[in-house]
Amino acid sequence: MTDAARGGARGSRSERERAGVSLPGREEPPFQDRIGAWLDERLHLSRFARQALDKVFPDHWSFMFGEIALYSFVVLVLTGVFLAFFFEPSLTPTTYEGPYEPLRGLEMSDAYASTLRLSFEVRAGLVMRQTHHWAALVFIGSIVVHLCRVFFTGAFRRPREINWVIGVTMLLLALLNGFTGYSLPDDLLSGTGLRIMYSVILSVPLLGPWAAFLLFGGEFPAEQILGRLFVLHIFLVPVILGALLGAHLALVWHQKHTQFPEPGHTEANVVGSRLWPTYALKSVGLFFLVAAVLTGLGGLVQINPVWLYGPFDPSQVTSPAQPDWYLGWLEGALRLFPNWEIRAFGFEIPEPFFPAVLVPGITFAVLYAWPFLERLMTKDQAEHHLLDRPRDRPVRTAFGAGTLTFYASLFAAASNDLVAHWFELDIETVTWFFRVLVLVLPPAVALLTFLVCRALRDAGDVRLTHLPLSSVWRPRARSTHR
Amino acid sequence: MSTSTKGAGAVAAAFGASVLASAGLAIVYIAGGSPPIEGALLLVALGGIGAGLVLWAKRFLPVGDDVQEREPLPSTPDERARASDSFGAGADLVARRRLLVRLAAAALGALGIAALFPIRSLGRAPGGALFHTRWRAGVRAVDASGTPVQAASITTGTVVTVFPEGHVGAADSQTLLIGLGPGVYRPVAGREDWAPEGVVGYSKICTHVGCPVGLYQPSEHLLFCPCHQSAFDVLAGARPVAGPAARPLPQLPLTIDAAGYVVARGDFPEPVGPGFWDRGRD
Repeated sequence: MTDAARGGARGSRSERERAGVSLPGREEPPFQDRIGAWLDERLHLSRFARQALDKVFPDHWSFMFGEIALYSFVVLVLTGVFLAFFFEPSLTPTTYEGPYEPLRGLEMSDAYASTLRLSFEVRAGLVMRQTHHWAALVFIGSIVVHLCRVFFTGAFRRPREINWVIGVTMLLLALLNGFTGYSLPDDLLSGTGLRIMYSVILSVPLLGPWAAFLLFGGEFPAEQILGRLFVLHIFLVPVILGALLGAHLALVWHQKHTQFPEPGHTEANVVGSRLWPTYALKSVGLFFLVAAVLTGLGGLVQINPVWLYGPFDPSQVTSPAQPDWYLGWLEGALRLFPNWEIRAFGFEIPEPFFPAVLVPGITFAVLYAWPFLERLMTKDQAEHHLLDRPRDRPVRTAFGAGTLTFYASLFAAASNDLVAHWFELDIETVTWFFRVLVLVLPPAVALLTFLVCRALRDAGDVRLTHLPLSSVWRPRARSTHR
Repeated sequence: MSTSTKGAGAVAAAFGASVLASAGLAIVYIAGGSPPIEGALLLVALGGIGAGLVLWAKRFLPVGDDVQEREPLPSTPDERARASDSFGAGADLVARRRLLVRLAAAALGALGIAALFPIRSLGRAPGGALFHTRWRAGVRAVDASGTPVQAASITTGTVVTVFPEGHVGAADSQTLLIGLGPGVYRPVAGREDWAPEGVVGYSKICTHVGCPVGLYQPSEHLLFCPCHQSAFDVLAGARPVAGPAARPLPQLPLTIDAAGYVVARGDFPEPVGPGFWDRGRD
């Protein structure tokens, strides 16, 4: 970076220099004192440090979701390490002798018993366990919202396609690690989830039986699976997640962050706050706020009380049984898909393959391909650093809104038994209602979104609440002052 | 300046609250711990630092007024040409030894394939495991505590989960014995004598994704799976009548021995549980 290019920022820097930059209690300023000089002589640190400290990050509330995901991950690692010191990933049977009266004398696995010990006997253990679980829910939630932000504002466009692909991969791994995590305690609810996962893998044409047997070590419930889930959950997936996280952040650093179009914001600049000190204090502050909310939830709001479900027994099941929120769409798909199986030439494609393998397969295929699909449709090859307002891209925004509606409907359908219970309806009726909903609501929402976005775009700078209703149905010529 | 003092007060209060909460955490820990109090104190201890830092930045630091130029991402044509030359020059040197290049590729490829074999060690071959359970002809049905089940104890409307004797808890063999009462059983052709004295046995593993089919409604003779709400008609060979399950629950052929115990006449006639690719294989 040339000094001429930094013109706009130089004034404030020299003011600070005049004010004196030495830290309290130090004789010499940093990077010129003994430690700073020692490091600089060995690492050529000063140039990078100056660039890094002066780096400008744009400010917008919607840019925080990625940070929230990052900081949830940090909380997950910290609490997870604590849990791993106490948890025993073993299905070896043991008799419970701990302080929780209702389960005393019951036969259970070491995994379940050690989870109970963590919850009732290890001091601060329950807060750690519950914080870990809450952090997982918030982690995936903030990734999804972050993904929506990136999608609806077109932040995935050139040159950021690589980071989109890395991000989608991290979502996939986060889902996987969420599932392996809540399968570990070997309670009745998690065992049921594992049983369903085994059956879903089994349903894959041709490869299913082999894949299920190699992954689980044999027919369900195989002894090996818990240790394998543990290795996946605490080592393999987090390490890959950590590496991808590093790459994700490095690319944001290297390509510089996008910004919304505002006066003074151009494709060729970044307007915002410097890393040091403004952005650093705000971001570290956000870490502590995220950790505060997660630990607060972990102490005050009960989650996954495994002692109420009892130990896993393959011949028993809890009812009603719902997975963690981020698998609700798959659970809903499993409940709604009709009982169609394909049998031909002595082979069969079992019913679960369609809702539980094909639906997520298509979901992630479209997610991965989206930047390239959109480029095919728009023929837009240009580099973009200014974000779109969602209203200015009616087709993309409508597609996104319709897609989100589809998954939200599936998510709601995962509670069809509870809906039937609450409203005293027949479960068949409720299931059919959701089947219709899943097919009808998304296109309806997409159409409405398209019409509203088009009207907003053509009306210029108008708030949604000030939009005349008639303009939604009748397209006008685009206003020229945009 | 009065406004800056006021702002500093809030930041100081946030940090101060955090210090007190952390001290409180130590006291609660020593006193034996209490999850809700720990949660509340952690909220204040961490939230105080977070709120203090964010307020500090918002009140006393320059926000949003710095501008930086973006350097163009693509390299200049000259830089590209030089990178391309550097690579090309080296590649030419390597490619000159064509035989060695091919052999090196073959060696790496062969090693890659050889490295796949240990995947096979991960688990048993599916083989016959999915096709058979522990039930054999003459094996008595026992309940979860291992006690053999008397046919007379399965009265009308009774449901008991049973396992083959000696294999209590065997997941693939779990079976429901249901007392239908006399004259209600409508057998599938060829299964006329599979339900002696109105006691019928069905695999308890749902044919959808394998949850235990745990709920029985005696008035309508329906078995429900609590996971995805499949329903099976017990009177009609456990045919699926609602929900995502596509196949009936396999039926266990039963008889009653001289002592009155329920005994299997053989294994299930078909694989139990969820479907898979070569389920139709014999």
